[in-house]
Amino acid sequence: MIAPAAIAEVHDHLPTISEIIETMTFRAGYNTTLVIAGTLLLGVAAGVIGVFALLRKRSLMTDALSHATLPGIAIAFIAASTLGYNGRSLPVLLVGATVSGVLGVVCIQAILRHTRLREDAAIGIVLSVFFGAGVVGLSYIQRNHSAGAAGVNGFIYGQAATMRPSDVALMGGIALIAILSSLLLLKEFSLVCFNDAFARVDGWPVTVIDLLMMGLVVLVTVAGLQAVGLILVVALLIIPPVAARFWTNRLWLLVLLAGAIGGLSGYFGSVVSALLPRQPAGAVIVLSCGVVFSISMVAAPARGVVATSIRRLRLRLRIAGDHLLEAAHEERAPVISRETIVALSRVRGWPAPFRSLMVFLLRRGGLIAKAANEGLRLTEAGVERGARVSRNHALWEQYLVSYADIAPSHVDWSVDQVEHVLSDELIRDLERRLAERAVALPQEPAS
Amino acid sequence: MKFSVASDLFPLLAGVLAALTCGLLGNFLVLRRQSLMGDAISHSVLPGLVIAFLIASTRSPLVMFIGAAVAGMATVILVELVKTLGRVEPGAAMGVVFSVLFALGVLLIEQAAARHVDLDAECVLHGQLESLVWYDAPDSIDALLSFKAFANVPRQIWTLVGMLTASAAFVLLLFKELRLAAFDPAMATTQGFNATVLHYLIMLFVAGATVASFDAVGSILVIAMLVCPAATARLLTDRLGPQIVWSLLIATGTAVGGYAVASIVPAWFGRDAVNAAGSMAVTAGVLLSAAVVFAPRHGLISRVVRRRLLASKVARDDLLATLYRAVEAGGPIAIGQARRLLAGRSPSRVIARAGRLGLVHIDGDVVSLTAAGRAEASEVVRRHRLWEHYLVGEAGLAPDHVHATAEQLEHLDAAPPIGPASDPHGRPIPARDR
Repeated sequence: MIAPAAIAEVHDHLPTISEIIETMTFRAGYNTTLVIAGTLLLGVAAGVIGVFALLRKRSLMTDALSHATLPGIAIAFIAASTLGYNGRSLPVLLVGATVSGVLGVVCIQAILRHTRLREDAAIGIVLSVFFGAGVVGLSYIQRNHSAGAAGVNGFIYGQAATMRPSDVALMGGIALIAILSSLLLLKEFSLVCFNDAFARVDGWPVTVIDLLMMGLVVLVTVAGLQAVGLILVVALLIIPPVAARFWTNRLWLLVLLAGAIGGLSGYFGSVVSALLPRQPAGAVIVLSCGVVFSISMVAAPARGVVATSIRRLRLRLRIAGDHLLEAAHEERAPVISRETIVALSRVRGWPAPFRSLMVFLLRRGGLIAKAANEGLRLTEAGVERGARVSRNHALWEQYLVSYADIAPSHVDWSVDQVEHVLSDELIRDLERRLAERAVALPQEPAS
Repeated sequence: MKFSVASDLFPLLAGVLAALTCGLLGNFLVLRRQSLMGDAISHSVLPGLVIAFLIASTRSPLVMFIGAAVAGMATVILVELVKTLGRVEPGAAMGVVFSVLFALGVLLIEQAAARHVDLDAECVLHGQLESLVWYDAPDSIDALLSFKAFANVPRQIWTLVGMLTASAAFVLLLFKELRLAAFDPAMATTQGFNATVLHYLIMLFVAGATVASFDAVGSILVIAMLVCPAATARLLTDRLGPQIVWSLLIATGTAVGGYAVASIVPAWFGRDAVNAAGSMAVTAGVLLSAAVVFAPRHGLISRVVRRRLLASKVARDDLLATLYRAVEAGGPIAIGQARRLLAGRSPSRVIARAGRLGLVHIDGDVVSLTAAGRAEASEVVRRHRLWEHYLVGEAGLAPDHVHATAEQLEHLDAAPPIGPASDPHGRPIPARDR
């Protein structure tokens, strides 16, 4: 069974408001406060370092890394107990974890370099084989050192509850070091993440910087083992950066947001775990990350799903409107009958609601207006826009035929996509180029 | 330690069956670079189990199976959604989905424990192979063959047998399609069957295999068996059919070997047996490492040997060609000059070996070609000059730019098409005189 992972002073009743406030403001007893502060620091560190792991596409390598720490923990325990020391001493176990975690990463690199296997297979192999070895070690401990088994088992699912002040201090200290060093090396890390080839040419020690990044990942993983558990500690490294990524395209903001998301999740997770019975801190921390992730993915204005689909729909509507105006312009028919729109919709594949929305937007934009007899007519602005789109179409078509050597019968479709996004600058450039080749230019729309 | 039917047969059988099922399906995961989907699915099966239990409040195997299978498919779909809708890098998408689902499972288990329900999270990881004891096992071969003996076979065994049969049927029936989709999904789709549908079918089977296996062997062995046997087999052969056969053999060997190691090795030191599932995973890793080192074509040793052989042939060819050109230019060549030519390629050894092969004759300070050496040298020079002719005539390179390329191509066994009697520099192309 899982070790009881709720914080030591478990309440059996729902917490009162004052208890909630006390816990949230770090006044709920020394141990609880320490754990909350520790997981907060851990969350910030994991979020910040996770950004670089994400940018280097190493998210799942950290998964293999954390699984690979288990045999090290088991061996460190067995070795220390056999030599007569206290096998459950955290620093000893963490040294073992670090060694075998690093060994796991080295194995992945070796498999990638020396065999034809791909990264996914390499990660899967290291993860399962090392973890299997750890399980063997644990079962050995269980059957031969029954006293220590519970302490070592706790590393799998985390045991924030049973952490001693010195353990928390160790975790917080490592997290603090990791945060500070990644802030100090922010410039170097971002350079290597975005353009390592350039960094190398520019004389930066890319390999050393890369190893430093990986080393910080190892540090944070190992620091989080006891509080969050080795299966879930990767979530702290993966989720906050991915969630933050939906909000921004700037690196410093990404680092800041990821750190904040990680820190808040760590804080929230241990507060909930302290207040409510049967809420393992690790799981609550990861689930809070998950909630932030879901909100970000749906609602973030920069890259969220809703914002993206609205932007995409608006672009499609604008393009469809352009097509309608263009068609009206080319037929030289200032009045658009309902039949024309329906026929065009069939060709272009516009569903009815889309069509209505498009007409609505065109009317609101003052490009078309209701005509006397149930139909629609182009306004002056509409005529001009239609003419301009039609001219862009012709210009780009001419360009493709005369510069890109595409057969005239093949250009129409690709032009159809591009005509809407030509900038004024590009149009002037096209006009100039085509004039150089003495290609007859379409008429400038009368305005 | 002695093999006992009652306590060893079923754990071993369950291990072998799970290894075979996962090993078979793993071939397609490894080829499609989706090995980690097995990892993701086996983590997120946990909440599926607990939710199914909380809804149906029974531990009936069917309910558990359905819950876990639904969770497995949900993982696949969620990963796809996060990847495409959120434009998140595939690895990170997988990590987000399975860790959140796993956390949910851990939390739910704690809640279930409050209601005095015994769902064991450790057991999901390590399995409970050792608990598959055959109560009142038959004590003779005759009793083993009667129907009554099967009544007490644990249901995990039956589930695994069913899953293995289904997976084998799936692979056999759709082998052609699976193969095409594994290597070229786009082409598979143009050939009229949807590679995406096939992808989800594979994932459905992986989820099924995970669920059927982890009850007996634990999810860690499932992950190991989905990746390791197929990856090992991939190092041993280049063809899919043999790869599958190899992977099945390796899976069986892994299960049997791992089980034996788990019970035998600790006994040497007077200790109790260790976890068998973990030991099988380690055995899978050992077999894989062996393949990495010893595989006939892709192994480290064979690659080093091939490279060495090639290097020594190139050095010998260069020596002979230089001697040939020296003869052409009208003089013998001093041993020091030959050494300088082969600098960095252990010259003394190359010259001595050529001497032992009867290709060169060493007379004091002078090296010269023997008759056999001359024949071989003229073949090298012939290839060199033919390639130069080809590069100038056909590939349009300038005559003064072709030497370096020809210097490399001359060591290939294949020669370019027959050319004229002289190379672009006006030197004669030796005729083939053997």
